[in-house]
Amino acid sequence: MRCMVMVKATRESETGVLPTAGQLAEMTRFNEELAKAGVLLVGEGLAPSARGKRVHFDGHGGRHATDGPFAETKELVAGLWVWQVRSMEEALEWVRRCPAPFEGECQIEIRPLLEAEDFGAALSPELRAAEERLRAGLASRD
Amino acid sequence: MHGADTRKAIETVWRLESPRLIGALVRVVHDLDLAEELAQDALVAALEHWPTEGVPDNPGAWLMTAARRRGIDQLHRRQLIERKHAAIGSDPGYAAFTMPDLDALDDDIGDDLLRLIFTACHPALSGEAQIALTLRLLGGLTTDEIARAFLAPDPTIAQRIVRAKRTLAKARTTYEVPRGEALKARLAAVLGVIYLIFNEGYAATSGSDWMRPALCEEALRLGRTLSALMPREAEVYGLLALMEIQASRSRARTAANGTPVLLMAQNRALWDPLLIHRGLAALERAQQLGGTSGPYALQAAIAACHARAATAEATDWKRIAALYAELARVSPSPVIELTVPSPSAWPKAPPPHYPWSTRCATSRRCPATTRCPPCAATCWKNWDAIPRPASNSDAPPNSPATNGNAN
Repeated sequence: MRCMVMVKATRESETGVLPTAGQLAEMTRFNEELAKAGVLLVGEGLAPSARGKRVHFDGHGGRHATDGPFAETKELVAGLWVWQVRSMEEALEWVRRCPAPFEGECQIEIRPLLEAEDFGAALSPELRAAEERLRAGLASRD
Repeated sequence: MHGADTRKAIETVWRLESPRLIGALVRVVHDLDLAEELAQDALVAALEHWPTEGVPDNPGAWLMTAARRRGIDQLHRRQLIERKHAAIGSDPGYAAFTMPDLDALDDDIGDDLLRLIFTACHPALSGEAQIALTLRLLGGLTTDEIARAFLAPDPTIAQRIVRAKRTLAKARTTYEVPRGEALKARLAAVLGVIYLIFNEGYAATSGSDWMRPALCEEALRLGRTLSALMPREAEVYGLLALMEIQASRSRARTAANGTPVLLMAQNRALWDPLLIHRGLAALERAQQLGGTSGPYALQAAIAACHARAATAEATDWKRIAALYAELARVSPSPVIELTVPSPSAWPKAPPPHYPWSTRCATSRRCPATTRCPPCAATCWKNWDAIPRPASNSDAPPNSPATNGNAN
């Protein structure tokens, strides 16, 4: 399974303060561990919301854009990873090993990506039957 | 934390930590069986302590310390027994026992994981043993999980692992990461094992046991690990690129009714752009490292031609034909001949060195073909029934080049 791991913003991160050399070194080490474990697919940091834009859909076909910064700091994302893990427990274990992204109070959120099986659950009996047919050699790839 | 949560947490930590733990133990005790036993002892200690004390901050170091303590006890006992044997002269053939330096476990020399990969894929082992050992030691899969993945009975896999460890001991394996010229040949074997694991998973369609698709993920994970550990090896990136691009199509490979969809008919909107991006990046890296003509890099380059084409019609067949020709030159194998239209060169029967298919026990397995209906993948059953292309030409959309291993 894959999951997106989001580092939530803090008041400091929203001011655009960059990490110290020490913090950067620690995070690089952690990223290397993720890579060596074959877990890391994507890892990016985001600019403060002051450089972002939002588009509001009013539900009646209208939409309009607003410029950042946005107020609800704790709900904003400051950085993200996409990890390939075997379970949510594994993702949690990796976050446990992650150096604190910011000084002071902060938060990391883990959300599973929807995968093919999340969409195809309703079809599974049929798919299973098809797999059986395949195994029996009644269907071919040609 | 509840009991069940702790148990799950311990299992998770174990799967993450055991490869490095066993790798370090093998380095010090030079015996895979003993290394695994000591690692298991450490796991037992964790199961005793962690439910009440909580999972430690650095579980890897904790497990290493526990393994060392148990190792010292056990090896002292063994030393004592062997001294007695020597004293009464009952067994003059007994090799003098030297106590391994278990403190060396803490030296982080950085290649314990690689050591374990090369040990599991040791040339003294059969292909099936290499696969079983790799999944067990590197993937942390249980015997039961490996058995389910390969549709084989549990005891068969257990036996295979026991025998593999015995073979390694008999072969007086040095348990070292090979260097220089030896590395090239040994690395080819490692890549072959990883790709076989990938293909076993890739051959399964949705709706089958989840263990088989999980094999794809394990293979990808191993490929990514290997690329982080050996960042200068072009073919490691070639294989990684091939697997990432092939895996990017997994959502498009089956129709809603479960029947396979051939590459040219697939809905390209279902291809996974993240995996394609990663695959193309890995291919570029392989090429930068001078690996343009490695067999995996070439197959990845063919896969990349498809990945880059926005529609089936936009496929660059000229380039694909040129890549196949190059592939046939550097790696002449039946798979390549299958995809390059030269019917007279096709073998009548599988070459004897191909291992048996685990699924069609009566047919030999051909590592990269995907033509056998019962296997859906990798064997020689129905070899003769595969339609041969009539003439030499750029591979047109209906030739085996497009519905063979390319889907």
